[in-house]
Amino acid sequence: MLHDVYLKIDRREFVGIVGPSGSGKTTLLKAIIGSQPVAHGSITIQPQLTIGYVPQVETVDWYFPVTVEEVIVMTRAKTKWWPRITTVERTAVREVLEKLGIADVAHRHIRELSGGQQQRVFLARAMFCQPDILVLDEPTSGVDVRTRHEILHLLADLHEDGLTILLTTHDLNGLAAHLPRLVCFNKTVLADGNPRDVLTSKVLEATYGAPMEVLEHGGMPLVIDHGRVAMRGEGK
Amino acid sequence: MIFALDLLEPYGFQFFRNGLAVSTIAGALCGLLGVFVILRGMSYIGHGLSHAVFGGAAASAVIKVNYFLGAGVWGVVSGLLIARVARRRVIGADAAIGVVTTASFALGLALMNRYGQASKSIEAVLFGSVLGVKVVDIYAVALVALLGLAVVVLGYRKLLFSTFDRDVAQVSNVRVSLVEAVLLAMISLTILVTMRVIGTLLISALLVIPAASARMTTNSFSRLLWISPIIGAITCFVGMNLSYHLDTSASATIILLDALVFVVVYAIAGTRNRVKMASLGHL
Repeated sequence: MLHDVYLKIDRREFVGIVGPSGSGKTTLLKAIIGSQPVAHGSITIQPQLTIGYVPQVETVDWYFPVTVEEVIVMTRAKTKWWPRITTVERTAVREVLEKLGIADVAHRHIRELSGGQQQRVFLARAMFCQPDILVLDEPTSGVDVRTRHEILHLLADLHEDGLTILLTTHDLNGLAAHLPRLVCFNKTVLADGNPRDVLTSKVLEATYGAPMEVLEHGGMPLVIDHGRVAMRGEGK
Repeated sequence: MIFALDLLEPYGFQFFRNGLAVSTIAGALCGLLGVFVILRGMSYIGHGLSHAVFGGAAASAVIKVNYFLGAGVWGVVSGLLIARVARRRVIGADAAIGVVTTASFALGLALMNRYGQASKSIEAVLFGSVLGVKVVDIYAVALVALLGLAVVVLGYRKLLFSTFDRDVAQVSNVRVSLVEAVLLAMISLTILVTMRVIGTLLISALLVIPAASARMTTNSFSRLLWISPIIGAITCFVGMNLSYHLDTSASATIILLDALVFVVVYAIAGTRNRVKMASLGHL
């Protein structure tokens, strides 16, 4: 159950939400996109704005019999009924896949994709209807360091192009520290602001319920997880 | 020549021709809807809903209402109730089916015990009866098949989207609950018009096995929607003929044939995948 959540996100912002597993990050996103009913209070999105949603890859049924192209075209289900994918749609799919650097996977079954490709296919689906707001749930979970960089750069480019981006992440150093605005979340908003101000041991301890140290590295905050340090110490 | 004549022998009977027509169309229809049943992980639904419709059939026999009307309304209401209960995520679709349909079946059974004189038609509902097929049954099943085809063609994208990714479909303004209700109502209707031929107890197999066999042959959703009804129709057609010559129950023969197809496809698909994996091993 989430409580006392007050968040105001302006157009063209790039916001990350961090918090431990079970803190309600996904629930918050689902409430924002409108698939999770809200018991009290309200969520207002300017009516003319459209949202593209990228779910957590772990929640996708990768054995479902669909190709990449079919997945991307799905978002037009409301307006198009003709079962076959049209030539116009095929071209549009190609364009969005090219933009994300995976033009060659259009006809592959979704199970035949790498972790980075999986993320990008669902990003492509979200992008397909040219949304104003992009909402991503853990876009870098289960991908390697290089892919994480690529996704981060891709999102930065999309933000540059004028998209509003809201994402959740577990990755404090690899992703969260690079964002312009960060929200620390655990059932409620514990801190909200620039990563330099938000990523402090006090805030992180309140968020994660575990001691964490924050160092500075190359002008950026670097979070050290004490639990991990202690385990490594025991190992020796 | 004598052998060929033997094969044609059952076609001399009106009841056989009628039963063959109904079961072949039913096989195709169940195969089509079965695709959604297996992909949504609701294989239990055919089993459950057919039991629910049994309750409606018993009730309409007791209060002497037309079978199609009584059992039909009952089936659709059960379908909608399941959709409603399943929306509570803590319960889930499988438990929702379990609750609604077993209660409905128990009610049917209680009615049958209390007002036993209607037992003959109830038995036909449970086990199916090729002998009892009337021309009206052919029309009914053909009509529902056309309706099912229309729903799948017109609603193709919405059905696919809400089956694959319910949350995002909802966000994309697809009325997911409506799509699910329509699908369940279609399955109820299918059970309603076919159960007098193949029986409620075995209809669940037709909603699962052809689609499951087809799933192993392809990774394409659209091709699945072709292959599954074809398997369903062919197995029903061949099964009906076999049942005449072997003097076995039509429904049992059809299901066994479907199971055989499943085993064969399973074996072939397994070998093919192993070969595929082995070739990937060299990379």
